[in-house]
Amino acid sequence: MATGVKTRVKLPKQVRAGEVVTIKTLITHRMESGHRLDSDNQPIPRSIIHRFLCEFEGELVIDLDIGPGISTNPFFEFQALVPGPGVFTFIWFDDDGAIYTDSRAISVMS
Amino acid sequence: MTWNRRKFLGAATGALSAPAVLAEGSGKPRVVVVGGGAGGGTVARYIAKDSDGAIDVTLIEPSQVYFSCFFSNLYIGGLKSIDEIGHTYGALAANYGINVIHDWAVAVDRVDKNVTLAGGQVLPYDKLILSPGIDFIEGSVPGWDLSVQTKMPHAYEAGSQSQLLRAQIENMPEGGVYAMVAPPNPYRCPPGPYERISMVAHVLKATNPTAKIVIADPKPKFSKMALFEDGWATHYPGLIDWIGEDFGGGDVSVDPDQMMLTIDGEEMAVDVCNVIPAMKAGRIAELAGVTDGRWAPVNSADMSSKTDPDVYVLGDACQQGDMPKSGFSANSQAKVCANAVRGSLTGSRIFPPRYANTCWSLIAVNDGVKVGATYEATEEKIARVDGFVSQVGEDANLRKTTYEESENWYAAITADMFH
Repeated sequence: MATGVKTRVKLPKQVRAGEVVTIKTLITHRMESGHRLDSDNQPIPRSIIHRFLCEFEGELVIDLDIGPGISTNPFFEFQALVPGPGVFTFIWFDDDGAIYTDSRAISVMS
Repeated sequence: MTWNRRKFLGAATGALSAPAVLAEGSGKPRVVVVGGGAGGGTVARYIAKDSDGAIDVTLIEPSQVYFSCFFSNLYIGGLKSIDEIGHTYGALAANYGINVIHDWAVAVDRVDKNVTLAGGQVLPYDKLILSPGIDFIEGSVPGWDLSVQTKMPHAYEAGSQSQLLRAQIENMPEGGVYAMVAPPNPYRCPPGPYERISMVAHVLKATNPTAKIVIADPKPKFSKMALFEDGWATHYPGLIDWIGEDFGGGDVSVDPDQMMLTIDGEEMAVDVCNVIPAMKAGRIAELAGVTDGRWAPVNSADMSSKTDPDVYVLGDACQQGDMPKSGFSANSQAKVCANAVRGSLTGSRIFPPRYANTCWSLIAVNDGVKVGATYEATEEKIARVDGFVSQVGEDANLRKTTYEESENWYAAITADMFH
């Protein structure tokens, strides 16, 4: 598992039913491209987050393939329509096999 | 040192009381400089040196010893001693005959053209140069004010505050939390908070490796961000948690008695809380009536106030356009100002203004980076011409050279201000 990985998510705690919300996510990650050389001129192995997805109550919201050109600490901002109360789940897939998850419940104003 | 009349007079004025000096100075054009930092020290020195005694220069600075904000992060990181960043004003008096008065300027009368000191003296001027640096905006971080700066230091004016912050970091419990509340733009030294984080991480990695660093930041991005984030991931993986505007970093309050910090509604206990509030021009600029909002607008050709052609504002306090608020900028502006003031008082040649800045930051030992630019005076503002910035992935030798360059710059600028 890569060291120093931390996830962060920001979205409103409460919305109106049918409202579109903005979701921001960030994962603290080195995103080593695999194209760099170390001080002994040896390639530094690639170590990146290569996929990120977000689901709402089991329904896919967004699913991203991420390449080595993405910089340190990938930040994503996207929008989702919230049909009713539920839980957003966020999943990041690391090259080393680690899977990082986070979730946020959202309630709906009556 | 060879003695000439000017140097002899200079040495003598240091021993005399202020009223006697004023009496002696009558007849010559009088320049009063308020603030003895990178702007004020430089402008006083250049006017006195280049006018060769033709202009009477008074420098008002409350501190006997100036601790430079630039390099004070390296003191916090244990790489410099406090003495290495401390400077005195004796050489300005002895070498150039500058009348150095250690007092506060408390009022400016722009009609009668004089400055009143806290000690009661009234100093007349023909040209007034204000270089007062910054003050903090009250209420910008709820729960914090200057009365709690011993519990939650800002360390954004160097000296005792830097010593306090360093001591607090050294006394953190094992696995403790260092938190920083970063300031909104514009503020003194844009990369400064992040160089500080690097230096705190450097200390904690060696002495307290299970400790954590949290930064609450009202900005969505910051100066040299890619370089710092890359450097932090390389040198201090997992140690630093930056919470930007997108994640509620601007929604912050503090409770100094309980040592609690609330970010975006979530309360956390912290062991050190380094609060760097929002900033404005040093108070005397406001008292002089040359500010518009938080800063003092100036003309780009000579740094004169847009309110009063006989008042000039330098460095962090002024609003000039594209230059960042830095010691390098203030020093650069001071040289343009000195040339213009001397020309206007003695008829010496005024050269076209040229401005430059470089900000170096140290991410880890010998891992130096920089950003800089040159500037020109347009009718509207001081405008950026071209610039440069260190790149992610530079080799270690280049980074070491960049750091050594910053040490040479430090020696040069402090000589320009004080010797």
